[in-house]
Amino acid sequence: MNVLGDAWDWLADGANWSGESGVWNRLTEHIVLTAVCVLIAVVIALPIALWLGHLGKGGALAINVSNIGRAIPTFAVLVLLGLSPIGMGDTATIIALVLFAIPPVLTNAYVGMRGVDRDVVEASRGMGMTGGQMLLRVELPLALPLIMTGIRTCAVQVVATATLAALVAGGGLGRIVTAGFDLQDNGQVVAGAILVAALALVVEGLFALVQRFTARTPRGGVTS
Amino acid sequence: MIVASGDCLKRNSWVCGKYFDEYSGEITTALREHIYLTVVSVAIGLLVAFPMALAARRWRLTGSVLLGSTTILYTIPSLAMFAILQPFTGLTETTVIIGLVLYSLTILVRNMLAGLRSVPPDVVEAAKGMGYGPGRLLFQVELPLALPAIMAGVRIATVSTVALTTVGAIVGSGGLGNLIYSGIDTLFKAQVLTASVLCVALAIVADLLLLGVQRLLTPWERAGGRKRRLPLVSAPTAEVDVRAGAAA
Repeated sequence: MNVLGDAWDWLADGANWSGESGVWNRLTEHIVLTAVCVLIAVVIALPIALWLGHLGKGGALAINVSNIGRAIPTFAVLVLLGLSPIGMGDTATIIALVLFAIPPVLTNAYVGMRGVDRDVVEASRGMGMTGGQMLLRVELPLALPLIMTGIRTCAVQVVATATLAALVAGGGLGRIVTAGFDLQDNGQVVAGAILVAALALVVEGLFALVQRFTARTPRGGVTS
Repeated sequence: MIVASGDCLKRNSWVCGKYFDEYSGEITTALREHIYLTVVSVAIGLLVAFPMALAARRWRLTGSVLLGSTTILYTIPSLAMFAILQPFTGLTETTVIIGLVLYSLTILVRNMLAGLRSVPPDVVEAAKGMGYGPGRLLFQVELPLALPAIMAGVRIATVSTVALTTVGAIVGSGGLGNLIYSGIDTLFKAQVLTASVLCVALAIVADLLLLGVQRLLTPWERAGGRKRRLPLVSAPTAEVDVRAGAAA
């Protein structure tokens, strides 16, 4: 198709990769934004999920937060925050992204904690472990696969959502797409979209690798 | 905030009754388009997902290929999806519908497969023993038993589709998203808030309607009385629900 040829030409043109609106800069913006938001979301959601999961309380909240998150359009929240006194810019983008990054981490970590075999938990209690020890040495390691799934889902989702930031004057790779729309340059639109999709797939792939790797690592804590 | 007049449109208030009066035509059009896009996308998604789930159940390799590729599609950000489709199908509703159908497949195929696999083998054996052919077995025995999981998938897919439709605004067909999108330039607060709230309300109403349909279709699920009341996320899908992820 002609459009794909145009997109290829756009990508092959070195001039499109440098400068403030070049691919390298937009890619860096995108990755930094994603990393910041994922980090904030994990710092907020993980302790809550671990604590709730350890106590076995708040299950309805932890599960429903994902359902509620799904019903609220990210795009709407981005624009609403942009029109609020916060204004369109990085702060609004980060708040919106973090809000949507929390549910997958919270829900998965909670489900992971509750999924830990009760016999194992009881055994650790019988061995005289304190609540904190049980949480950190028994439940957390066993819940790790699902916790990682949550962080992975969260990261991929933030990469995707960060694209929408371009619509409210944020940075990131989405800007290449929106700029292409403004210029009515389909080659650039498709090139930008391919870059965004590729980044999302790379992040997904990297996390899949990390998960596979960590799953095979023998758990050190007890034996060593 | 100098103006003390009662005109909330001029003051650009977030909540404004007058907005409903003066813009009711626009709101109705946007809402109608939103419902149309959602219903058509989920319906086509179901029609496409059904044979895919059957194929995935019959052939193991096909199954992993299908599940893998729908998951990859789900990873692609919606802005990129619509942008990639746009040169081929133009600034049309078709572009948005194709994108939304592709997203719904991930959830629908997974849940259909989970539902079909959850049918007890004894029941299948009994039906075969009673002389049920493959067609009758599927439609009269397996599908009804898989229905709770399938309906749970339909609910999740519908709610996400309602939310995702808003992004269609970048190709000019986002239903309520169009009102939100134009608010970026006009800074029209009442319009953006109203459209956003309507969008969430639409998702909730759709979810409740589907829950009602599910209960009508599976009266035996209620046989146990109050104890068996369905939670917001019904059990068989909790797993699918939690892990299926991205697309914003």
